[in-house]
This record gives sequence, C-alpha cells and structure tokens, in this order.
Amino acid sequence: MTEPVQASPVPIEALADKGPLTPPRSQWRDVWDQFRKHKGAMFGGGFLLFITLAVLVGPWIWQVDAQKLDIRNKDMRPIWTALWDGTAKVAWNRPFGTDQLGRDQLAQIIQGGRTSMAVGWAAMILSLIIGTTVGVLAGFVKKADGLLMRLTDLFLSLPILPLLLVAVTLFRQPLRAAFGPEGGMFVLIVGIIAITSWMPTARIVRGDILALKEREFILAARSIGTTPFRIVQRHLLPNVLSPIMVSATLGLATAIITESALSFLGVGFPSDFPTWGKMLADAVSRMQQFPERVYLPGIAISLTVLSVNYLGDGLRDALDPRIRGR
Amino acid sequence: MLTFAVRRLVLAVPTLLFISFVIFMLLQLAPGDPMAQVPLTVPPEVKEKMRQALGVGEPPLVQYWKWLVQVFWLEPKVFIDWLTNSSTLLGWLPDTQLYQNELRVISWQTRSPVMDIVIQRIPQTLWVVGLAYIVGILIALPIGIYSAYRQYSVFDQSGTFITMIGFSIPPFFTGPLLIVIFSVQLGWFPSIYDTTLVVDSWASLKLQFQQMILPVMVLALQTTAQISRYMRASMLDNLNQDYVRTARAKGLSEAVVVTVHVLRNSMIPVITVIALNVPAIFGGAIITENVFKVNGIGQLLITALFANDLPMVMTLTFIFAVLIVLFNLIADVLYGLLDPRIRYD
Repeated sequence: MTEPVQASPVPIEALADKGPLTPPRSQWRDVWDQFRKHKGAMFGGGFLLFITLAVLVGPWIWQVDAQKLDIRNKDMRPIWTALWDGTAKVAWNRPFGTDQLGRDQLAQIIQGGRTSMAVGWAAMILSLIIGTTVGVLAGFVKKADGLLMRLTDLFLSLPILPLLLVAVTLFRQPLRAAFGPEGGMFVLIVGIIAITSWMPTARIVRGDILALKEREFILAARSIGTTPFRIVQRHLLPNVLSPIMVSATLGLATAIITESALSFLGVGFPSDFPTWGKMLADAVSRMQQFPERVYLPGIAISLTVLSVNYLGDGLRDALDPRIRGR
Repeated sequence: MLTFAVRRLVLAVPTLLFISFVIFMLLQLAPGDPMAQVPLTVPPEVKEKMRQALGVGEPPLVQYWKWLVQVFWLEPKVFIDWLTNSSTLLGWLPDTQLYQNELRVISWQTRSPVMDIVIQRIPQTLWVVGLAYIVGILIALPIGIYSAYRQYSVFDQSGTFITMIGFSIPPFFTGPLLIVIFSVQLGWFPSIYDTTLVVDSWASLKLQFQQMILPVMVLALQTTAQISRYMRASMLDNLNQDYVRTARAKGLSEAVVVTVHVLRNSMIPVITVIALNVPAIFGGAIITENVFKVNGIGQLLITALFANDLPMVMTLTFIFAVLIVLFNLIADVLYGLLDPRIRYD
C-alpha cells in the first residue's frame, strides 16, 4: 500500500563532516580581514603610521636644528621651484626652503608635526579616559546616572571654541610659570581640548553599557561572585571597545584641528616653537611671494586629518559585526 | 507638544544661569587688570574710583548679580525703548521710556555699552554665516539624495571623497588657499570683506556679492560636507523600507517615489541636524571672520580677548551659549512636530 519508509535517510551533508573544515577564526582576524577590504582606510592607516614615524624618527635622520637662525640663507624656495624658475634661490641642503629668518622648513615641519601629533594623541587619550569613565559610571551605577548625564548635557551646551579661547588666554601665565613656556602650553591645550571633547564618548559608552549589563553573561558573572569592578574590567569594557576605538579616531582628528586653529588665532604655543597651525598663520601675511610656506603645513594638517577620518570610517565598518562578512 | 516645549523652555533657564555663572567665575580668575594702561602718576585713590566706575571693586557674587540684572532687566528695557522710539516696525507706539540711565554692561575697551557694539556687529556675521549656511544646505541636499539613490556609483564614491576632504581641510587653510587663487592669481574677488560698503546702486550690490563669495564658500564647504553625509545616510535608511516597495508596486513613477515618499521621511532627522548645527557654524565662523577680516561678532570676541575686555567676552560667550541651548530646543521640538511616531507627553 504505502511505500516502505527508507531505512536510512541520506544524512544532511553538514552533519557528515568529521570536524570543522577550516580552522576556527578569532574575532580580530575577522576585523582585520574586513578592514583590509576598505582601501581608503588602508591608505589612511598607512599614512598615519608614516607621518607618526616620520615625526618621531625624523630629527635623527634630518639633523638640522629647526630653531637655528641662518640669516644669510633666508627666504629660500623649495628645491622643486627650480623646475620652472631657474633663477630661484634654492639649495639641495634646504629641500623645503627656509623662512624669513633662515630657519630650515623641513626641520620645522618635522618639529611642528611632533607637537601637533603629541597634542592630538595626548588630548585624544585623555578625553577617552574621561569619557569612558563617565560613561561606565553612568551606565553601571544607577545612582550616578542622572547626575552624570545632566553634567554631560551641560558640557554639550557650552560654546566650545569661545571657551577654549577664553581659557587659553586666562591660564597661560600661571601654567607657564609652573611648567615652563612650552610644557605649560602643552598641558593647557591638551587639558582644555580633553575637557571639552569627552561628551560624545561618554554618551555612546553609557548607552552600550546600559544594554550590556542586562545580558545573561553579566548575570552569570555576578552569580559566581564576581565583584562589580571585575565585571566592568573583564566583561563590559572589552565589549564597548569598538565604539571607543571609533570615537578615538574622531577625537584625534578634532584635537589636531583644534590645536592648529588655536595656533592660527595666535593663542597657541610661544612664537619660537613651531607647530603646523603656527607656521601656517605666520606665513599667511607673505603668501603671495612664498605660497609654499602656507601650502606645506596646510597640506600636512589636511592629509593627517583626512587619513585619520578614513581610518575611522574603515574601523567603523570593520568593527560592526552586522556589516562584517558582507 | 506645547507642554513639552514650555517645560523645555523653563528648564533652559537654570541651564543658562549655571553656564553664565561658570563663565563668570572663570573670567574672575583672569590675571589682567583693567587699570593696567592707566599712567603710574594717577594716585591710588583715583584709580580705586575708576575701578568702582567699571564695576570691579565689588565681591564677585555681587558683580555677577549686577551683570545678571544688567543683561536680563536693563537691556530688555533699552530694547523695548528702541522698538517704540526709533524702529520702523513699532515706532507708531507711544515712547515707553523704561530705561532711566542706569549703568549698562560697559566695554572696557570703548567705554560704551557692550550690547550696542554687538548689535552693530551682528548683521555682518548673519549675512556671511547665514548665507553660507543656506548655500551649503542647498548644495548638500541634492548631492545627498542622488548619492543615496545611486549607492556605490561613481557619483557616490566621488561625493564621499569630496565630503571627506571637506571634513578634513580646516577653514584656516581653505581661506588663504581661496584668497591666493581667486583674489591674487585671478583677481576676481577682494580678499577683505569691506563692511563700510553702502549698497545703494547695482554696482555696489555687485561689489557686495563679490566680497561675500569667498567667506561664504569657505563656510559652505564645511556645511555641505556634513549635511550631505546625513542626507545620504537618512535616505539609505528609508530606501529599503517596505512602504517604498508598496509605492513602486502601486505604479508610481520613480521621481514621485523618491522625491515625495522617501524624501519627506528622510528629511526628519536632517532638519534636526540642520537646526543643531547652527550654533556650531557661528562658533566656526570665528576663524573665517578672522581670515577675511569680516568684523562680525567672532572677530569682536577675539579682539576683546586680546584686549582683556572681560564684560565683552562674558556677554559674547553667553550669547553663544544662548544660541546653543535655543537651537537644541528648536531641534527637539521640530523632531516631535515632524515625526508623528515621537510623542513627548
């Protein structure tokens, strides 16, 4: 009547495998593979690495003192000007030319890059620390949430650039007295940028922590007696790492631009201390005769910020598990 | 909705009070002395009187209270008097004469009321910044819409690249760059914004346009980069929704689907972003005003800072804070008005 039931149905193919066909892959391997697909991010990361290394080891390779005045060789043009202008004052030992006091431009760019990058990295790390601490506290400790988030809202409604200008002009003297002219300015600018830029990180981290702490793995951790501090350190922080990394790249870009803007407006580092923004500002008044003195630091700032932005774009794609693998 | 708006307005008052208090206390730490320029031959008791006249002899809390009274009580009175006395709009009303020569907030640089100077400077800033913002938005919206509609096309890729550049090149570099290209090499536009220009003929109108083009371009580049990104993301969110498929299934043309159905829904977050960015544009204009020598309020703030003119700095920073709080509120209210899914009450 009815057909006999087949004794042994064909097993599903996947179940027939003895073990996993490919070796297991770690999460960071996946992230790296996705990141590698983003061409802009690879270029950005590569350029950022290049410029960081260049300003770090540059002074050992190009051993010209950026501060040395050489008034006989002032106002030299960069070496490539000789391509179209045979009479231009150029020399191979001053490839980027010299400024109106005869200081070597290449050495100044390297020195200025050191300052700009140092300010950018330090301000970014400090603002990440503040933002993550506030965000974790607000998300994890219920009592602190209301107060800390009102504080964040308050900071978000402060006018940042005017306050930066006010604070720099006000605290310049006391901090200079305490840490010396360059050190004091560095502490001041890094501190001010960090204090005024931690809010987005805090908001993102708080939102993620609020969602994460209701999950089962936190309950499991708590049930075996993990202390709150260990829960944050071992279970929560690794899980909010990706939004923190993305906001870190944004923070680096804004910090570099803010430092240059302050230098441009004339409230940055002391006058004999080159930074990219300061070189640009000093050169604007004579940019008809010597346009390269505006272009070189300007291009340095723009390319660095552009590469950081592309890096952030790629990181966002690579760290998001919903986009990854597509 | 109305109760929400009123509640937010009421909440904005303590926020603004707190911000003004913080700024005031910060400025109290300033090392500068307004009497530093006075010759040493002036006897100390006269100096003390001059100090009193500037309002710096009192304890800080008293000074803060007086500043509050001056800004929130005397200045509105002066404004109402001006409205009923000499403005064309309400000049027909009888003169109110509320202001009885009390001491207003006085600038230490010019010894004239701060608010009068601010009122003189605001039109320049508004013209440049406002026009730049509108131009930026008008360029950004079509770019965002089209690059979302043709995602990953050549147009989209190059649009992404250009907006990335717009994000990354700071205005203090684009400004000098444009000056070199357009006013030095080509000689098309002046590099300095001349605020004394009186527009009374076609020739002067043309001059006015020419001098506004460069600063507007610099500011609009930044706006365009931001807004077109938001527009693209918001369009992409909506283009894959079910209602779009339904609209296409009904046989509506692509133009109607995109410009009517998708665009209207995608505009909701974009409009709030536009409102939220207005104060940031004012802040960013400080640099642009400095580059093109526009004597707007940003340039006023810089000169006041260098001249140690604390009442001016205080009032201007407070105006920036008011702008931020106000536009945050406008953005929240707009969001509730435009999106029926959002209910605040």
